[in-house]
Amino acid sequence: MKKFFFCFFISFMFIFYIQLVAQDISFTAQDNPNDDGGAILLEWNIPLSYPEMIISRSIDRENYIEIAAVSPLLKTFIDDENIEDGQEYFYKLSVLNLEGETIESFSASALAKAEWFNTDKISLLIMTILLGSSITYFIFSARKGKRLYIRKISGLDTIEEAVGRATEMGKPLLFVPGIMDLDDMQTIAGLNILGHLAEKVAQYDSTIHVPVCRSMVLSTAKEIVKEAYLRAGRPDAFKPDSVFYLTDDQFGYVAGVDGIILREKPAATFYLGAFYAESLILAETGFESGAIQIAGTAMPTQIPFFVAACDYTLIGEELFAASAYLSNEPNQLGSLKGQDVGKAIIIITLLVGVVLEMFGIHFLKDFLATH
Amino acid sequence: MKIFEKFLNIDRRIIFLLILLGVAIPLIWTLGFNLEVTENVQSVYTMLEKIEPGTRILISFDYDPSTKPEIQPMALALMQQAFTLRLRIIATALWPMGVQMCNEAFEKVSAEYPNIEYGVDFINLGYKSGGMVTINHMAKDFRSTFPADAGGNPIDEFPIMKGIKNFDKIGCVISLSAGDPGLKQWVMIVHDTFGKPVAGGTTAVQAPTMLPYVNEQQQLVGLLGGLKGAAEYELLINKPGFATKGMDAQSVAHLIIILFILIGNIGYFATRKQKDNLKA
Amino acid sequence: MLITFLVGALIIVSEFIPHKPFNNLSTSLEGWFLIISGFAIILGQLSLFKVNIIKIHRKAPNWPYFIIALVSFSVMVICGILWGTQQQPGLIPVSDKMLNFFGVKPFDYIFKYLFENLSATMFSLLAFFMASASYRAFRARSPESTLLLIAAVLVMLGRTTIGSTLTGWIPESLGFLHLPNIASFIMKYPNTAGQRAIMICAGLGVIGSSLRIILGIERSYLGGK
Repeated sequence: MKKFFFCFFISFMFIFYIQLVAQDISFTAQDNPNDDGGAILLEWNIPLSYPEMIISRSIDRENYIEIAAVSPLLKTFIDDENIEDGQEYFYKLSVLNLEGETIESFSASALAKAEWFNTDKISLLIMTILLGSSITYFIFSARKGKRLYIRKISGLDTIEEAVGRATEMGKPLLFVPGIMDLDDMQTIAGLNILGHLAEKVAQYDSTIHVPVCRSMVLSTAKEIVKEAYLRAGRPDAFKPDSVFYLTDDQFGYVAGVDGIILREKPAATFYLGAFYAESLILAETGFESGAIQIAGTAMPTQIPFFVAACDYTLIGEELFAASAYLSNEPNQLGSLKGQDVGKAIIIITLLVGVVLEMFGIHFLKDFLATH
Repeated sequence: MKIFEKFLNIDRRIIFLLILLGVAIPLIWTLGFNLEVTENVQSVYTMLEKIEPGTRILISFDYDPSTKPEIQPMALALMQQAFTLRLRIIATALWPMGVQMCNEAFEKVSAEYPNIEYGVDFINLGYKSGGMVTINHMAKDFRSTFPADAGGNPIDEFPIMKGIKNFDKIGCVISLSAGDPGLKQWVMIVHDTFGKPVAGGTTAVQAPTMLPYVNEQQQLVGLLGGLKGAAEYELLINKPGFATKGMDAQSVAHLIIILFILIGNIGYFATRKQKDNLKA
Repeated sequence: MLITFLVGALIIVSEFIPHKPFNNLSTSLEGWFLIISGFAIILGQLSLFKVNIIKIHRKAPNWPYFIIALVSFSVMVICGILWGTQQQPGLIPVSDKMLNFFGVKPFDYIFKYLFENLSATMFSLLAFFMASASYRAFRARSPESTLLLIAAVLVMLGRTTIGSTLTGWIPESLGFLHLPNIASFIMKYPNTAGQRAIMICAGLGVIGSSLRIILGIERSYLGGK
């Protein structure tokens, strides 16, 4: 009986060994590519039949510490806990059976280091260079006096009319720069328009209310309005309290702005910036008060609400183009032309990508994919 | 013809009043309209049905009280199905108020399933800030990300957490999400990096932004979108609840809106014809 | 302007260089932003007080509302500082009598039973406003608006139980005619395509605006022309 079990055990181990060899088993360790160091990438190719594997780490090949339990399904593991650059680390991958006993183990070693260029982002770099250079090229060609055609944006052409209407009616204007902070480009785009609007307000001797919901936006908006009055040659007419803070809370801010709209009945309301669920509440209250309403945002889910409730809506890129459009400076208009070239590049890339994918060529998709 | 002009400018207070009645009445008296289950909802249901009894699944409560009416019914329905299938639930939250949402849901569902035991069939691990970084860390070392449950008890004390070191022993991940961080981050890490099935539920407004992830690569197995998604799920598990009731209210409200759109258009065409005739 | 140029250029460069000192640059700058905005909150609160007190002092129209705003603000601040919140202890411990009366700390009580409900009320206004805005906006004035109107009605019906009731009788083989499926199709394909187009163009707009700011061409945010 003992002999039988012995033979069985030997043949089992032999078959198991053959199986391991036949499946091209491998375990490798290397520096995790394209990072700032401090990480080692472990990769393996192990039969999926094993229930669990343990990864251990050592710096002297003797004292191994268990760092993770992984499944053969995973294929990779990044060790980034307490890894020092330049130090060699030794890894052991132990394959366990159902009872949790080690039946096989593999070794590998690697050093971690930081890279000077992230090769995963080559596609991003190429796109950045293409877009950046096309925008810069058109800025400089506009500077040289090349005439550029920019299509009409009705919402922006109405600004002067709205300010004039407010002056005639003796009512104020209301400017809402969205509910996000200065780290959102939409807020900055909105504030850029505020500068032009406030200048017109100063010229027409009208009044403007700018309730804000972020303290950083408060100081910036105040400075912008003050400078606009200065540019218009009427610094004395600037009222510091025309730009004021309400609250950081989304619906508290909405309640506050709605209150201002209903009490002050502004002649025109401007909603330019980043908006969420409050967009329709603001725009409908503004509509009820009878104001001319001009809105602009790049939030795709809020654009329909503004389109439904406002007289003019700047959709997505129009919000960012507004300041250049209003200033009418060749420098700024040139950048808009550059953006159009960028758009053409994206459309061509999309079309080529679709055709290549239809023919089963995935090169472009893989090249452009973010990692 | 004055009536058509009136159609064009109906006092909005009338619209508001009808909407109020249209929402309130069906919430009191159920109308019981038919409901059809859409593919995206069916896929989530089928995914859970296929998981072996006893398997642990992760549900993340990534929302707060403001979106509770839409998302909480999804949580209740999913928990009911999971407990019926004898699946075990590990709950987490990427939003601070998600912990309370989870507790409320468990309290309600556990009353129907007296055999369900905390720590064996269910655990609430509480809130962890960090969004995507937290999920990534869970994938590498679950136990150090959540060393204790929401009540502060070490997870080693609970049988449900035995052997959980990463996502390997978790059947699937479901994120009930009202924004960022939420479902998108779970898809990016748990599915895209570790290949585990991910499903989710979102508000109706957010659903269009998540729909592209329900694709051939099954980045998202399925998606429950808004109150309707929740109502469809209640229908699938055959336990009509708040969402089904709410759907009646939503349906009537939609119908009222469509009715007003129709009235507005009738008024518009009638007055335009009149103006054209006058011009002629 | 020089600071903007330097910081902007560094951030762009750090996107492609993972090596020190570029690796943590954007995280550090975000940290700086958070610290500055933390201090800026004081500016906001001061502005709130100043504007409201001036209006009360001048007895501006509807001035009692401004008293309510200031009182509400002060009550929340005082409750928060004195007795703390659920997670944070305050300056003085909460007495048993107070805890028995409110059930939780005063700040949490006001937050849960007043603030949350007021927020929910503001949010639910959307339902009414959506109805009135749709009534005004969806008019078949042109072929495009007619298309939009039809799509809106189909999605609205498809997203409700009425949609299922109306087309539930259609056999499974013609399942694509079921209103919920039509609504799903509209949301999944034309809607997603449109949203992506807007997002790509907005992304380009952000790049254009950022370059204008980094190169010093756009100075409106600094108060320049």
